[in-house]
Amino acid sequence: MSEVRFGQAINRALADAMAADESVVLFGEDVAAPGGPFGVTRGLLDRFGAERVRDTPISEAAIVGAAVGAAMSGLKPVVEIMFMDFVTLSMDALVNQAAKARFMFGGQYALPMVVRLPHGGGINAGPQHSQCLEAWLAHVPGLKVVCPATVADAYALTRAAIADPDPVIVVENKSLYAVKGELPESMPNVTIGKADIARPGRDATIVTYGAMRDVSLAAASALAKDGIEAEVVDLRSLQPWDETAVLASLARTHRLVIAHEAVEAFGIGAEIAARMADIGFDELDGPIVRVGAPFMPVPFAKELEARYRPDATRIADAVRRTLA
Amino acid sequence: MAATSHTGNGQFPDAGTPVQFTRDEELTAYREMLLIRRFEEKAGQLYGMGFIGGFCHLYIGQEAVVVGMQMAIKPGDQVITTYRDHGHMLATGMDAKGVMAELTGRSGGYSRGKGGSMHMFSKEKNFYGGHGIVGANVPLGAGLAFANKYRGNDNVCLTYFGDGAANQGQVYEAFNMAKLWHLPVIFIIENNRYAMGTAIERAAATTDFSRRGASFDIPGEQVDGMDVRAVRAAGERAVKRARAGEGPCILEMLTYRYRGHSMSDPAKYRTREEVERVREERDPIERVRRRMLEAGMIKEDELKKIDGEIRSIVNAAAEFAQNDPEPDASELWTDVLLPA
Ligand SMILES: Cc1ncc(C[n+]2csc(CCOP(=O)(O)OP(=O)(O)O)c2C)c(N)n1
Ligand SMILES: [Mg+2]
Repeated sequence: MSEVRFGQAINRALADAMAADESVVLFGEDVAAPGGPFGVTRGLLDRFGAERVRDTPISEAAIVGAAVGAAMSGLKPVVEIMFMDFVTLSMDALVNQAAKARFMFGGQYALPMVVRLPHGGGINAGPQHSQCLEAWLAHVPGLKVVCPATVADAYALTRAAIADPDPVIVVENKSLYAVKGELPESMPNVTIGKADIARPGRDATIVTYGAMRDVSLAAASALAKDGIEAEVVDLRSLQPWDETAVLASLARTHRLVIAHEAVEAFGIGAEIAARMADIGFDELDGPIVRVGAPFMPVPFAKELEARYRPDATRIADAVRRTLA
Repeated sequence: MAATSHTGNGQFPDAGTPVQFTRDEELTAYREMLLIRRFEEKAGQLYGMGFIGGFCHLYIGQEAVVVGMQMAIKPGDQVITTYRDHGHMLATGMDAKGVMAELTGRSGGYSRGKGGSMHMFSKEKNFYGGHGIVGANVPLGAGLAFANKYRGNDNVCLTYFGDGAANQGQVYEAFNMAKLWHLPVIFIIENNRYAMGTAIERAAATTDFSRRGASFDIPGEQVDGMDVRAVRAAGERAVKRARAGEGPCILEMLTYRYRGHSMSDPAKYRTREEVERVREERDPIERVRRRMLEAGMIKEDELKKIDGEIRSIVNAAAEFAQNDPEPDASELWTDVLLPA
């Protein structure tokens, strides 16, 4: 067991995967010599060499397109797109190429590639460097989308993504990179698609992921002072998502809140709410309440951004509302 | 258009025959460049003091590019650029107070605190931003130029981007369209030799960016972007062509940024000596200053007076940007769409 930062855990996962498998290569802007804009790939160039750890031009369409080609021939490219906002430029390669290759070509091609996308974070980065666009990707059949919330999961889900035979998007919240946590010496393999009960509770379920896990836990602690025991379910994987675990939790608590940093409208929460309103209808004793960002771009000014991002108060209020 | 020189390796070209500036022109260039320099230094200080957060990309070292180009255009011409935009805004005549207050995220900022350092606009000054997605402003510039052509006016659009942006695909889509439709757009590649921590040689298969339009038959020229006179001269040639309906061209400005890419920059990708050498040998402001003094155009105390005037503009901007109120909470809900 050692205490490392979230970003270091990803670094270790990349290093371990590269040491274990020569077909793993890294692409990205400033990932090699500079060690990544958030320091996640620091030291990997020295250890694995310039053939495997490559600084790319600022060409997001070609970076991901080339990764698709490399993956078709059996390499396992791990691509970093500096900010999730820039994935817009890679969308054709992801949506029309990567996601459909296995299907269109009759199962002849596996596409073992990973795209790492730093999102959100409340770091005062303004409208074009702060977005949480994971729902777009989760909407595309043929892509998997994971979003680690803890240091252990940062390692485990990155390894699982690289080991996966299909294209996997790893969404990393920028506010988590510096967070410290325990990383066990030997990590069990995790399966993509399994949720984690971050805190058990009997009165209401808060389904969440990424940076909102800690915020939801803070909301749960605040609620506990009023005698309300909220269960916090960390999805860890958004596509596929653990419908069974969410339904089981709902069956225990009969109330459901879904919290994420992304814009609420047409988001991950909408999908979960719709599914639970269907298959969990008999379990529900209150309205399903979503907590997400308002329907607007991320503002730059500190005060405005602080209001924009969901916080523990809003999540706790949502729980109270569904219990009322 | 005369292709004055191609170095192909991002080195500054030989100056050639210098274009002489009148005293007024020298003074205008000096003032404008100094305003940008002092403004940026102040922004750096305010960042260090915590008044500015997020991203902040300083233009120090590159002042001659935007000031020289501005001297080559007329009112009504448009300017569009990247996130390294403070200098462009000041050069178009935007108010230093409004720019600085946007950096501090205040209600008196050009975007009322919602855009920040990278995203400001001024309809009045024909400044179209301030864009954070590398390369994305280039097709927008072609579109602005299309609007000029469509309206039948003779305005041109200056479209600025970096050496790093020159590797984005959409830049070439815009080049093709601009040439195909003979759009009055001038693509200004500010080659400051680095894209964040990556030097041009490590990201570009060919580093003579002036030739990047060759397959579209777009003429290009490499310009000493540290000499405001060379910039203006090249700008005038390009603008004249574009106004006459002869279509786009590329001006590769060989320049240099003294500061880090943004405020947090480990600067391990270049040596301190490299920066010092450019500063000492090519500083665009110092060159004008020395020229004026040597030609006896101006005396030290007159220059001091100008320096003082610039400082007071910048100090007033900083004062305003620190004391102007934060945007009201209700601003969170405005300007997403026009209310029905
Ligand atoms: C599409 C996109 N990819 C990556 C980035 C991150 N990024 C911001 S500036 C920059 C370097 C750009 O360098 P250059 O075009 O040379 O301009 P300079 O910063 O030198 O002015 C990078 C990679 C971005 N903002 N947008
Ligand atoms: Mg550059």
